[in-house]
Amino acid sequence: MTDKFDAIVVGGGHNGLVCSALLARSGKQVLLLEANEQVGGAAVTREFADGYSVSACAHLLYNLQPSVTKDLKLKPALASEDMTTIALDSDGEHVRIRGNSVLGAKEGDAESYKAFYKRMTRFADLLKKFFNKTPPRLGTKDLKDLVTLGQLGFDVRRLGKTEMEAFLRLIGMNIHDEVVERFDCPVLKGAVSLDAVLGTHLGPRSPNTILTYLYRLAGDHGRIASPKGGMGSVSDELARVARDAGVTIRTGMPVKRIIVGNGRVTGVETEGGERFDSLTVVSNADPKRTMMTLVGARHMETGFTRRIHHMRAHGNAAKLHLALDGLPDIPGMDKKEYGERIVIAPTEDYVERAFNPAKYGESSPEPVLEITFPSFRDESLAPTGKHVLSAVVQYAPYARKGGWTDEARAEFESAAIRVLEKYMPDIAQRITASELLTPADIEREFHITGGHWHHGELTLDQFLFTRPVYGAAQYRTPVDGLYLCGAGAHPGGGVSGAAGRNAARAILSREKAA
Amino acid sequence: MSVIEVPQGRLKTPFYDRMRAVDTINSWHDWKGYTTPDELYCGETEYFALRNTTGVFDITPMTKYRITGPDSPDYIDRLVTRDMRKIKPGRVAYAVWCDDRGQVIDDGTIFHLKEGEYRLCSQERHMAWLTAAAIGFDVSIVDETADVAALAVQGPTTWSILNNMGLEGLEELKPFGLMHFDFEGTELMVSRTGFTGDLGYELWLAPEKAEALWDALFDAGKDYAMRAIGVHALELARVEAGYLAAYVDFLPANATVRTGRTRSPLELGLGWLVDFKKPNFNGRRALAEEKRNGSTWRLVKLDIEGNKVADSSYIFSDAKAAKKSIGFVTSAAWSPVCKQNVAIGTVRTPHGKVGSNVWVEVYYQREMHWNREMAKATVVDKPFWFPPRRGATPPEPF
Repeated sequence: MTDKFDAIVVGGGHNGLVCSALLARSGKQVLLLEANEQVGGAAVTREFADGYSVSACAHLLYNLQPSVTKDLKLKPALASEDMTTIALDSDGEHVRIRGNSVLGAKEGDAESYKAFYKRMTRFADLLKKFFNKTPPRLGTKDLKDLVTLGQLGFDVRRLGKTEMEAFLRLIGMNIHDEVVERFDCPVLKGAVSLDAVLGTHLGPRSPNTILTYLYRLAGDHGRIASPKGGMGSVSDELARVARDAGVTIRTGMPVKRIIVGNGRVTGVETEGGERFDSLTVVSNADPKRTMMTLVGARHMETGFTRRIHHMRAHGNAAKLHLALDGLPDIPGMDKKEYGERIVIAPTEDYVERAFNPAKYGESSPEPVLEITFPSFRDESLAPTGKHVLSAVVQYAPYARKGGWTDEARAEFESAAIRVLEKYMPDIAQRITASELLTPADIEREFHITGGHWHHGELTLDQFLFTRPVYGAAQYRTPVDGLYLCGAGAHPGGGVSGAAGRNAARAILSREKAA
Repeated sequence: MSVIEVPQGRLKTPFYDRMRAVDTINSWHDWKGYTTPDELYCGETEYFALRNTTGVFDITPMTKYRITGPDSPDYIDRLVTRDMRKIKPGRVAYAVWCDDRGQVIDDGTIFHLKEGEYRLCSQERHMAWLTAAAIGFDVSIVDETADVAALAVQGPTTWSILNNMGLEGLEELKPFGLMHFDFEGTELMVSRTGFTGDLGYELWLAPEKAEALWDALFDAGKDYAMRAIGVHALELARVEAGYLAAYVDFLPANATVRTGRTRSPLELGLGWLVDFKKPNFNGRRALAEEKRNGSTWRLVKLDIEGNKVADSSYIFSDAKAAKKSIGFVTSAAWSPVCKQNVAIGTVRTPHGKVGSNVWVEVYYQREMHWNREMAKATVVDKPFWFPPRRGATPPEPF
């Protein structure tokens, strides 16, 4: 049996949901197929121990593009918003960062941070504008591309001479040099460094980490929120919007292949053998899975498959979930602050040292952590009086030497808990259950090749005109009718929705032109 | 610590000692790392052996890749522009392969040895490209250049000589076919292929048996005036046959820096090798666009008036060269067998249609002084040398 649709979206991650909703709103018959039983991709909430639930991957909202929420009239329910980042210090002299203000750092740091924040948010705004557009093609005479490109140049120039120079100097630079030059307080330097490298295979000394830092700010100037009911609630809300717009959503339907005939897509076939016809297929899956597994190299050309194959997409961030019989004691922290975002990155060098082993395929013996206690402000996530801890733990390289065996996982989990114990002395006694998701698990459970947050490293060579690769950077792929709408496409990952929205707009404008 | 010995200087093929034994000139050059003769005793004599009796040329240095694995038919089919599904085991195909922009990387012959087992032969090395093309395919690509000794045996008396040598049933072998024989307990593969545009075969076997094969061949051919030949004789024959040479008549796309210096198969007169009925092959998209919009260049075979060889000449659309040149000659020769002044060149479209006339600006030297001549040329369709015996099966005995 085959059914015919105007468009089929492969994968119901948040970008797939955004894209399908926007396509349906413009009158298209849209089918969305999700492999898992639950939509949301890596933006889901799930129970990892009896009565304990947590956001499975992404746990904080900072990147959701206002353009997306506006277009879809989305209003995610938040448990907390504009959260403070508390950078833990082993002596209890914690540093608190929110917006442009820093409390508890060294003298002069608050002032420096304000200037730093001002500049960074200005640069981020510049990028943000482009995050909500299809990147221009290079070497074309197409007017629209030239205008976009000219706009980019114009916007950079409009920063003014000094700031333009700073922008061009900083964009390829590393965050380490910048924090060392600006700040005194080691904890502040560590916290800013961590923000630049979260979810990447980069250390603070890696070139390009200013860009990743700007990427974080390009949503809502770095303001962080925690969704009520975990990240799954955002996806559920998106699914509701999509359904209201008329999208047919079918879960538990892994797509086996995207059918190509005579150089163009004609539909998809699921693992269960069902076929659906459509001349437009939009893939929310990562570029490698989409092109190499679902389409297959024989339908593409060598230069293109080589670029896709070599795209760097090895994740390095693990997710640790702990079920706790009560909140751990954190000396130096106020009881009411448990609802904030807590980071453990005591110095910029500590972050770099955590990264060092990852270069050689080993996990960090002393990892860095981004921690939340989502149950503190959201009782639905844990039994009464109990709590959950959700943490991003780095670095856990996807291609770990020797693989992610049970021993390797146990070793990394205890390394993370040892670090936690330095700041939360009673944490170990409070743990009643735990779960560790390494990039290998993220790959398996969420079907992301390499288990990378961004479906592909967020670096200048895989950015803008060349994201994911040259030849597919405008959401269109060389296979006619096949589009990308996931984090592997411009601008990248995080719960942002920009890729999904841009893809939908690219598809619609192409149809209009045709 | 083990020391790996790396050969210094040019490599010698397994036929080197046999060629050296008949060599009186000592003029050799480098061919992809191997030393290969320009001439062995006299270029003209060698050429006439090739055209009138039999010339034997050592093609061991030719690049040879063995391509196997479950996906090899799909792999080969995507690699080249022609439909390789039509090439059954036991057949050989001349083919051309392109980059994503539809520009020619190289041409060569692909031997479908057994079901799903191929040998790709070309002048240039292509491991990097072949490996990149293998991403997403379950295939194995092995460079077997040094593992296979090969001889081109070309000329009108070749069948008789090989028949003398005891290769029974060879008369049934059609052009672009291949057969396997037993040679002293080793498999000898014979293909009816070559680079001379005449009756001819290529012989392939393990290097250990190379000298024995040479001896048996020359023994069988001792009454046929057969000769070992060098590159000069072969080069002349290949121009007469209208075959293209990489780095001469086109540049391999992946080794060319300047834009506009590469050529598509359509621009090289190889449109017959491009099968747009295939849903996908490397360069298809770009070539389909070129087909729609028209090509920039056209390869021409020129029959030129007079006897002055038009080496590297500019080509003009008018006799006075008053307008800008429209192209240039890439290969040229006086063809003794055709008694014709021939050339291969490249001109801008729409010039160079078959049957049209162009003028070539020939410079030649007489006792130090240079002379210039505008020679009228006719664009021809067929190869200059195309004897009926080339395709005759069974071939005529001598």
